[in-house]
Amino acid sequence: MMKYVISLIIGMLVGIAALFLMLYFNPLTSQNKLSPLSVTDNDVITLHYSAVAQDSLIYTNDGESQVDPHPVKVLQLWEPTIRLTRAMATVLLDSRGQVAGIGIKFSSDSESSNILDGAAIVDSVWHIFLPGRGSLFIEQSENYWSYLRKVVIPAYRSSGDNWRGTWHGNITSGPGALGTARVVGGSGEFSGIDTEAVEALLAKAYSVELGPVAIDGELLIEIPRKREFDNAATE
Amino acid sequence: MFKSFIAGILLGVAVGVAALYYVPAVDQVREQSMIEVKPNGGNIESFHINVPTDRIMVGAPNQQVALPLGLEWPSNNLFAGIRAELFKLRNAKDIVVGIASRVAASGGERGDIIEWVLHLPARGSVYLTMQPEAVIGGYRVGELRAGTREFSSLQGQVTERWIVDTAASDDATAGRIELKTEFVGRLEDQ
Repeated sequence: MMKYVISLIIGMLVGIAALFLMLYFNPLTSQNKLSPLSVTDNDVITLHYSAVAQDSLIYTNDGESQVDPHPVKVLQLWEPTIRLTRAMATVLLDSRGQVAGIGIKFSSDSESSNILDGAAIVDSVWHIFLPGRGSLFIEQSENYWSYLRKVVIPAYRSSGDNWRGTWHGNITSGPGALGTARVVGGSGEFSGIDTEAVEALLAKAYSVELGPVAIDGELLIEIPRKREFDNAATE
Repeated sequence: MFKSFIAGILLGVAVGVAALYYVPAVDQVREQSMIEVKPNGGNIESFHINVPTDRIMVGAPNQQVALPLGLEWPSNNLFAGIRAELFKLRNAKDIVVGIASRVAASGGERGDIIEWVLHLPARGSVYLTMQPEAVIGGYRVGELRAGTREFSSLQGQVTERWIVDTAASDDATAGRIELKTEFVGRLEDQ
């Protein structure tokens, strides 16, 4: 009797391990590297930033996560309602590497995350101000599953507890049907626009101890032609 | 024995799938919404920020003391008229329910702007654009420009007001910023 129970338990452990391997290597959950905005006829604003906490103006979280808040004395988000939330303020650069403005990003782990579907979802919003041009609000769901599979887990599996390489991927997964973020213009030349954006990451180094070490972020924001958003504003 | 091993594998897969399906990967903590219903429809909700205790960042040029300590605000002329602030956001019961950003920019050809983004992790976010000039009574009025999740189908107004803390106790704050939202469902969604 005992040997049957033991073989059943071993079988269960093998089954659970097989399930996780299946989820990890599932090719159906691979991320599309092509930006949906790459085929647009409209103008696209490109904004770059460093996704490394130490390079930001401020970065804060619950204070117990892998990535340390920056600067050290920044107020931490330890209250239960915001413990799964991060806040970052950073300088945004344009496509020529010139300072373009300031971006504030709030991101919270999403309850729509589902490992079975390969969905490690983060709900985030950007509050962007580009002096001389105007302000924008970006709402998006981000899926970090591909990033976890290709960067974070390999870093944990590495004997040196780090990962080096090149990984480039779109992290925006919604709410737009094509996996785009929603953008609403607030002021200046962007006032009245309702358009789309995509955020991508270019990872080059990750450390188990420190988190992202060399990761750049990129925001591609589609700007409709003047006539289109004038019509949208009057509707 | 081989049959029980195979049965174990199937059982393990089933248990794993059931656990991943039924046990939420993320469970955000919620506070009860403190909403007042307006007589003619819509909901009023009051949020506030205790100053200075809820201030996370004050980004502005030429500040004598940086907040947080160690903040290196860019000296680029582009940021000359900008003041960007981050706060913790509290509900009417004085419980932290989210975080907020406020961006104010003065000067320039396009006039002054004041904007808020309120981010409530369990509910969604709102993007509010304010009139730069305060109205009688010290209020500043604004509108809901965009909302996400719970706020996506709403429209309405918001007021911003600075209230000085007159309490004489040792733990008294300088005051608080009160944000009162009045949101109602959009007509086409009803």
